Amino acid sequence: MSGVRVLVGTHKGAFILTSDEKREKWEIDGPHFAGWDIYHVNGSPVNPNRLYASQTSGWFGQVIQRSDDGGKTWEPVGNKFAYEGTPGTHLWYDGTQHPWEFKRVWRLEPSLTDADTVYAGVEDAALFRSTDGGQNWEELPGLRDVKGNLWQPGAGGMCLHTILLDPNHSQRMFVAISAAGAFRTDDGAQTWRPINNGLKSNFELPDANAEVGHCVHNIAMHPSRPDVLFMQKHWDVMRSDDGGDLWREVSGNLPSDFGFPIAVHAREPNTIYVIPIKSDSEHYPPEGKLRVYRSRSGGEEWEALTNGLPQSDCYVNILRSALAVDSLDECGLYFGTTGGQVYASNDSGDTWKAIATNLPAVFSVEVQTLR
Amino acid sequence: MIRVQLPYHLQTLARVGREVVLPLDAESTIGSVLDALEARYPALRGTVRDQVTGQRRPFIRFFACGEDLSLEPYEFPLPDAVRSGQEIFRIVGAMAGG
Repeated sequence: MSGVRVLVGTHKGAFILTSDEKREKWEIDGPHFAGWDIYHVNGSPVNPNRLYASQTSGWFGQVIQRSDDGGKTWEPVGNKFAYEGTPGTHLWYDGTQHPWEFKRVWRLEPSLTDADTVYAGVEDAALFRSTDGGQNWEELPGLRDVKGNLWQPGAGGMCLHTILLDPNHSQRMFVAISAAGAFRTDDGAQTWRPINNGLKSNFELPDANAEVGHCVHNIAMHPSRPDVLFMQKHWDVMRSDDGGDLWREVSGNLPSDFGFPIAVHAREPNTIYVIPIKSDSEHYPPEGKLRVYRSRSGGEEWEALTNGLPQSDCYVNILRSALAVDSLDECGLYFGTTGGQVYASNDSGDTWKAIATNLPAVFSVEVQTLR
Repeated sequence: MIRVQLPYHLQTLARVGREVVLPLDAESTIGSVLDALEARYPALRGTVRDQVTGQRRPFIRFFACGEDLSLEPYEFPLPDAVRSGQEIFRIVGAMAGG
């Protein structure tokens, strides 16, 4: 029987929510790694029972956990993240150059073809890869050659938070970094180039059209159309139809084009979702109304989805990795809030219900469709 | 044998109780105890000291015999009472309120 497994990373542990294909009744398992920050939990598309989790702590550093039974049991694997060669420096808040220092793993992205290969996006921003199930990690250092000396941390840290693997071109990959921008490789991560042409950061950068330095919050693609990318930037929702070579704004009629996550419907490549946040000074939904916005036209025209979501006095935030879609026949959506709620829709966003209400602040949500 | 007390989160990570016992080597320094701890419990590698720099993590402290040994070098010999097993070498996660 098919079903879904929702992987939730929170401020105080990981939780696994499961349901059958109806997605009406839910079981909550957790907390795993209680008391630790769990930045991300993700499953292998090759072997859904292979999960990876980023467990981190201000006291005890970084731990990577691996499960081979869908999250029932876990084993710590390798946690040595050493930058390749001399780490070099990046721009610091006072204008000086500051050495690269590893802090934590923000994202774990398992390979599309090999369950033992997994990529890690880390803070200070860099890309690592393991080919032995997380035991050993090597940096893919070409990324930091792309004007890394000009990258600067945003308020949330200089983190590599988005990794997109192109299903059609095994050598192509996209990453996004706060606050450096978006980057693409076409040769298996040997060399990279910034793909920020068309982004405008009028309020955040002295040169609004800078080649690097943009605060990209999240990028999404549909696997059937990997040249079409959708981006939630700090401000602005953007779209590229050529693999990031050029971006155009598609914020349209959104009540605010500030926000963090963005997602694409599993069966409709031109249907996309964002969750507007009032501003970068007030990290909560406009008017205290929690609304997911859906565009069926790939941007520009947006409709508010409110059925089942709180429409008054709601002041939570939804972080960049906390929105996910399943791939069942009727697409399901899931997002988590900093207030500890996880909301789910089993009808492409038309209706919602809280499937968890009192978790710690949610950092990330991923979903696995199990068949 | 040297008795080492671990903070809660390292107990759960290593799947041990509050106190572990490690073999006494000829050196019996702070560094050699940490080496023995990480060898016995590989899950703790990188959690007490950074794996790349080797530095003690900022919010980790080492206490023994009523003294804070955190700022001593790794070559610092453990007190006799710790070497004899009378006293515990304590690895502590620093207090943080809120």
